[in-house]
Amino acid sequence: MKRMLKIYMEKPELAALLLLLLLVVLFQLRSGGVFLSFDNLRGFFGILPEMALVAIGVTVLMICGEFDLSVGAVFALMPMTMAVLMATGVSFPMALVAGLLVCVAIGLLNGYLTIRFAIPSFITTLGMMFVARSLTVVISGGFPPLLPTDLPTWLFTSFVGPGQLLRMSFLWFLAIAVLVSLLLSRTNFGNWIRATGGFLPAADALGIPTARVKIACFILCSVLSGFAGLIQVLRLGSPLPSIGEGMELQAVAAAVIGGTALNGGVGAVFGGIIGVILIRVIDNGLILSQVDANWFKFAIGSLTIFAVVANSWLRKRAKSIKVEV
Amino acid sequence: MNGPIVSVRNLHKWYSGVHALKGVSVDFARNEAVGLIGDNGAGKSTLINILSGVQKQDEGSIFVEGKEAAISSPRDSMRLGIETIYQYNSMVPTMSIARNLFIGREPIKYSLFGFGVLDLRKMREESVQAIADVDLHLRSPDALVGELSGGQRQGVAIARAMHFKSKVMILDEPTNHLSVKETNKVIGFVRSLKEQNVTGIFISHNMHHVFESCDRVVAMARGQIVLDKRVSETSIDEVQSVL
Repeated sequence: MKRMLKIYMEKPELAALLLLLLLVVLFQLRSGGVFLSFDNLRGFFGILPEMALVAIGVTVLMICGEFDLSVGAVFALMPMTMAVLMATGVSFPMALVAGLLVCVAIGLLNGYLTIRFAIPSFITTLGMMFVARSLTVVISGGFPPLLPTDLPTWLFTSFVGPGQLLRMSFLWFLAIAVLVSLLLSRTNFGNWIRATGGFLPAADALGIPTARVKIACFILCSVLSGFAGLIQVLRLGSPLPSIGEGMELQAVAAAVIGGTALNGGVGAVFGGIIGVILIRVIDNGLILSQVDANWFKFAIGSLTIFAVVANSWLRKRAKSIKVEV
Repeated sequence: MNGPIVSVRNLHKWYSGVHALKGVSVDFARNEAVGLIGDNGAGKSTLINILSGVQKQDEGSIFVEGKEAAISSPRDSMRLGIETIYQYNSMVPTMSIARNLFIGREPIKYSLFGFGVLDLRKMREESVQAIADVDLHLRSPDALVGELSGGQRQGVAIARAMHFKSKVMILDEPTNHLSVKETNKVIGFVRSLKEQNVTGIFISHNMHHVFESCDRVVAMARGQIVLDKRVSETSIDEVQSVL
């Protein structure tokens, strides 16, 4: 019994999960039952995948011991690249490939610069955030191009499922979340990511190609952000250059709320997703409860601090439970 | 099969102006426990780092089982059967024992280009066995290494080296920061290497530990070997006087 308790208390995503359940109940009561209504859930699940995909990438990268502040800018740049190309007559699949290649290039550059010159990724990606955001505005010329009308939105944003509850994007998110989660927990590459972020000198001494592992995580993070941006643009029907602003910090907050350690090694994709759901629930729940929407950032901020404190407290408590190892 | 298992010839290493190794040549025999002693900056860490693939020599050659070996990464070194256990960095504290044991050498069920699905059951079973083999008593292979004591961690590192059938085990200050009881345990490990047909290279500041557990003592000072004798033919005083 003690043993089970210890195992669960050591799960870093536990605190967030409990809090989520609490908030759902609270908002359901405060909103007079609107919160869990079909229509509200439909809207909720329609938006969730966009930030969740970003958070998945950021979580994996943080477990690997690095940061990416450029995700919000890449979120805008990728679909803008596609829109500009499509405006000149390039087909959707070709534009998609080009857009994803831009993401790969940014991730590669982020990782290469960080490792080659041994600078904190916080700095590299902060620079990249400005660069990518600027490029987004520059290539659009200030006037976002109109999207062609024959885009395969059915593949990304159309409503599907029982009662049209979910958008296709939710299925993409689900598939990617499961895949990345398995990659992290069930493959040798996942083991290398954890070792690299957990204790770099040991990973190096054991012959893990840590530089390549980190670069791969940077690329994964960029590609997922770009893809998430594409989904948002297809949902909105227009490539605005300002989308994704502030998203980089929300994604970090989500990862941290979900139990990812800032210095790497600890965390889970599931935790990051719980973090995003919490943020979305608070956003949505505050509005439904008719609270002034400006309290949103206040709530996210306190939640982030609270989650980290709760997690470290839980871990300390778990450690003090004497179970022989 | 009677030649030395590892020999180095005329090894040189410079660090931007500092001549850290000045033509070191030494042999390590099979099933021998060798104590490597020297003050800070004497060059013993440099020698060990070269053997374990963390650094590369500027000059000189390494022979493993009589064949010249090019060691340019920790992986090369491990492939040649040389396993290094460092003072701090041989384990990832945030990962479980079972996962730590197999970092970089995970058993894979299905693989593609070297990436694949972990055989988690095999990892658990083999780690339980490997830990039991070195006489360490841990109940669960799923416990985090960060929760183990320093001595237990060294035990797991040694279990890992044993599991991968290493021929040479380098232990870099394995008894630092350990309690007396745990130190004795680690010294016991070093002694028992012989029975397992493993050559041990034991680096320590503590002469008593070396004299207790090794067959031979090699002392280094200022980048050179200044003494190389059987333990039975020398004394702590003699070693101390040359350092």
